[in-house]
Amino acid sequence: MQHVERRDFLRLAGVAGVTFTAGLFPHRQASAQAGNDFHFVQFSDTHWGYSGPANPDAEHTLEKAVATVNGLPKQPDFIVFTGDLTHTTDDGKERRNRMKRFREIVSALQVKDVRFMPGEHDASLDKGEAFKEFFGDTHYTFDHKGVHFIVLDNVSDPAAKLGDEQLAWLAADLKQRKPDDKIIVFTHRPLFDLKPDWDWTTADGAKAIELLMPYQNVVVFYGHIHQENHHTTGHIEHHAAKSLIFPLPAPGSQPKRTPLPYDAAMPGLGTRDVDVGQKIAVVELPVTKKG
Amino acid sequence: MKRRVLVALLLGSAVGGVVRLEAAEQPGEIKISAKKFEYHPNKVTVKAGQPVVLVLTSEDRIHGFKMPDFGLRTDIVPGQETRVTFTPDKPGNFSFFCDVFCGDGHEDMEGTLVVEA
Ligand SMILES: [Cu+2]
Ligand SMILES: [Zn+2]
Ligand SMILES: [Zn+2]
Repeated sequence: MQHVERRDFLRLAGVAGVTFTAGLFPHRQASAQAGNDFHFVQFSDTHWGYSGPANPDAEHTLEKAVATVNGLPKQPDFIVFTGDLTHTTDDGKERRNRMKRFREIVSALQVKDVRFMPGEHDASLDKGEAFKEFFGDTHYTFDHKGVHFIVLDNVSDPAAKLGDEQLAWLAADLKQRKPDDKIIVFTHRPLFDLKPDWDWTTADGAKAIELLMPYQNVVVFYGHIHQENHHTTGHIEHHAAKSLIFPLPAPGSQPKRTPLPYDAAMPGLGTRDVDVGQKIAVVELPVTKKG
Repeated sequence: MKRRVLVALLLGSAVGGVVRLEAAEQPGEIKISAKKFEYHPNKVTVKAGQPVVLVLTSEDRIHGFKMPDFGLRTDIVPGQETRVTFTPDKPGNFSFFCDVFCGDGHEDMEGTLVVEA
């Protein structure tokens, strides 16, 4: 039954995309919370305002992805943007222009429950000031159908730190959870040391992982590295999303972390549909739905 | 031989910390200045086993200096010299980069330490 639904979902999504099924919530009994399945869509690293050879289509890519997600036959319960909404600029006025335009474009999403968090391009030059004007808090929690979601900000400090204050806030929030509660963390940068010499880390990310460790059902979704990546620290899974601007090379696959060459078919770009049930299934969605 | 290196290291750090005029005469001293979005020089060659003092300055804003292979990181604050003393103990090419987000080009702000055997 579960399996048929899964296949149906893929077919309805109309994609030949890769499915990654993770063993999320392995410590939950199968009987618990049955019928509470839902899905959400993750956008990441839209870098609105970027222009350059790494994506000559930069002015339209985000709109195309919005249309593709609006075309999903089964609309998600909510949509999350895991940072780098805009491409950085030294000019505070221009930063706000970019945020304004970004917000206009994504307001075309049919789903109105949309959650945002900053990336370093949005928030590191002004400690999140402009971001907060447009999108509210940079770290917060919410609950949905039995899952506790925690949004962490590892970019408003330009040194890529969560900081002691936020870590204390996280510890206090976790104290209210039971060890087998379902917890999903959203953040921009990897919390673990994915590739320290490319700065694909969070300076004090290990402290957040340590706080999360006692909880048996935790999964992290993040962005920043502009590619799909799946990693495990202990029993905690970390899934990085593709970007909507340009793909970056796999960790260590080339000497420098320069963008991969542009390909008009945009195979390295996209969003993802995340199905949350007893298990989690990640379906990568292309920018433009293919016929 | 081993003892001489140790003495030099101790001397280097003592001089670096206390007497700046003499520190300038230390053979192992290397000046690197930072600005958006580059280090100058961005390629530095040193000898394995010999202590080095990096003298870091910034021309515009706060930058970072991180060299994970040797466990080094510091802020580079404009208007002051930041001195980093260490002994590269292994030959090879090692990258250093800015880890304090500084704008459109930050991701390209990097350099290479070449350690000769
Ligand atoms: Cu920088
Ligand atoms: Zn990004
Ligand atoms: Zn980023």
